Amino acid sequence: MCTTCGCGAGEVKIDGENADHEHEHVHADGTRHSHDHAHEGDHGHEHSHTHEHRYAPAHSHAPGMGARRMVQIEQDILAKNNAYAKQNRERLAERGIFTLNLVSSPGSGKTTLLCKTIEMLRGKASVSVIEGDQQTSQDAERIRATGAPAIQINTGKGCHLDAHMVGHAMEKLDLPEDSLLMVENVGNLVCPAAFDLGEAHKVVILSVTEGEDKPIKYPDMFRAATLMLLNKCDLLPYLSFKVDAAIEFARRVNPDIQVIQVSATTGQGMDEWLAWIEVGARDTAAKKLATVDALKRRVAELEAQLGAR
Amino acid sequence: MALAEGVLQLIEDAAREQDFARVSAVWLEIGQLSGVEVEAMKFCFDAVTRDSIAAGATLEIIAVPGTGWCMACARTVPMAEVFGACPQCGGYQMQVTGGTEMRVKELEVA
Repeated sequence: MCTTCGCGAGEVKIDGENADHEHEHVHADGTRHSHDHAHEGDHGHEHSHTHEHRYAPAHSHAPGMGARRMVQIEQDILAKNNAYAKQNRERLAERGIFTLNLVSSPGSGKTTLLCKTIEMLRGKASVSVIEGDQQTSQDAERIRATGAPAIQINTGKGCHLDAHMVGHAMEKLDLPEDSLLMVENVGNLVCPAAFDLGEAHKVVILSVTEGEDKPIKYPDMFRAATLMLLNKCDLLPYLSFKVDAAIEFARRVNPDIQVIQVSATTGQGMDEWLAWIEVGARDTAAKKLATVDALKRRVAELEAQLGAR
Repeated sequence: MALAEGVLQLIEDAAREQDFARVSAVWLEIGQLSGVEVEAMKFCFDAVTRDSIAAGATLEIIAVPGTGWCMACARTVPMAEVFGACPQCGGYQMQVTGGTEMRVKELEVA
């Protein structure tokens, strides 16, 4: 949590652009230009309701202050983020977009794995990418080099992406229907676990050059993830990393977690990972179709009712 | 820090809707398994509320104990850590069921 790492908010830039300043920025396709950026005011907001008046017991009133009263809030601290995440999830579901939130420590090979994944999906599926880093747009540029559209979010002092930033980045990417959206979170195994971005699944990447006990050292992240990719498996012959122990630790904090062993360098396990993505993408598209069909049936019913009048 | 800012946002939203100008105390419910460091939260809360309507407010933390469901024992048991073993059978087939909350419960306002 950020209470532990003390990261700050503010200074967030999406493709080099501040929230409400005129600024040069880079488009998903890599072209740069500058214009005004209006904040679209269509975000919902949470509000508290029930309230109760009661005088605090035996409190004297401080000078200049009225009677004290208690206000019931009963709201989750993450409620605001969760509301934005819900909006993102609804927008993605409407368009049948399968979204993954890739999380790991810095240096686990997320970007390399992502580039390899995009290359292997070329011609089969359309992939868009949202890149999160504290500074620089190097990762977005690496992704664009593969031909996929990418938007860079710089979180400044922030240690994680939140649903509000991702919502804005989604507006900038022209996401095709039934496509894939990969969000590469800031390298951090702590804070991103708590912030839902509206993704279908969190995918945690653990590389075999790290310790096999990371799942129990950072349990929140491994508990939040659906899938663990064990990356850099081509290096196993040179390391003392115990694969079984890593998987056992991950299952201890999350009995349902799925595991795929991969190497972005040699391509080992990549077919299994792509098959996993394909199943998810197919389910997402099928759900969208079911919703569309349900809406069409409802429209037909309503039209029939109108016709009968 | 982001969580402390989340608390302040909830307070400011409530202030607009319910028309109060000062907050003198804040009660948070923090689950034992939520991963929130209470000391760090207190420190960050003081930092983010400086110059806000909650400046100088006391922060009261209500700790909520962690509980989990042990699949082997088929019962709810206390849990001290998210990856903890079941105190009854020692197994790790555990699902966390309580103690992950981070909620603003109530405020004392004027």
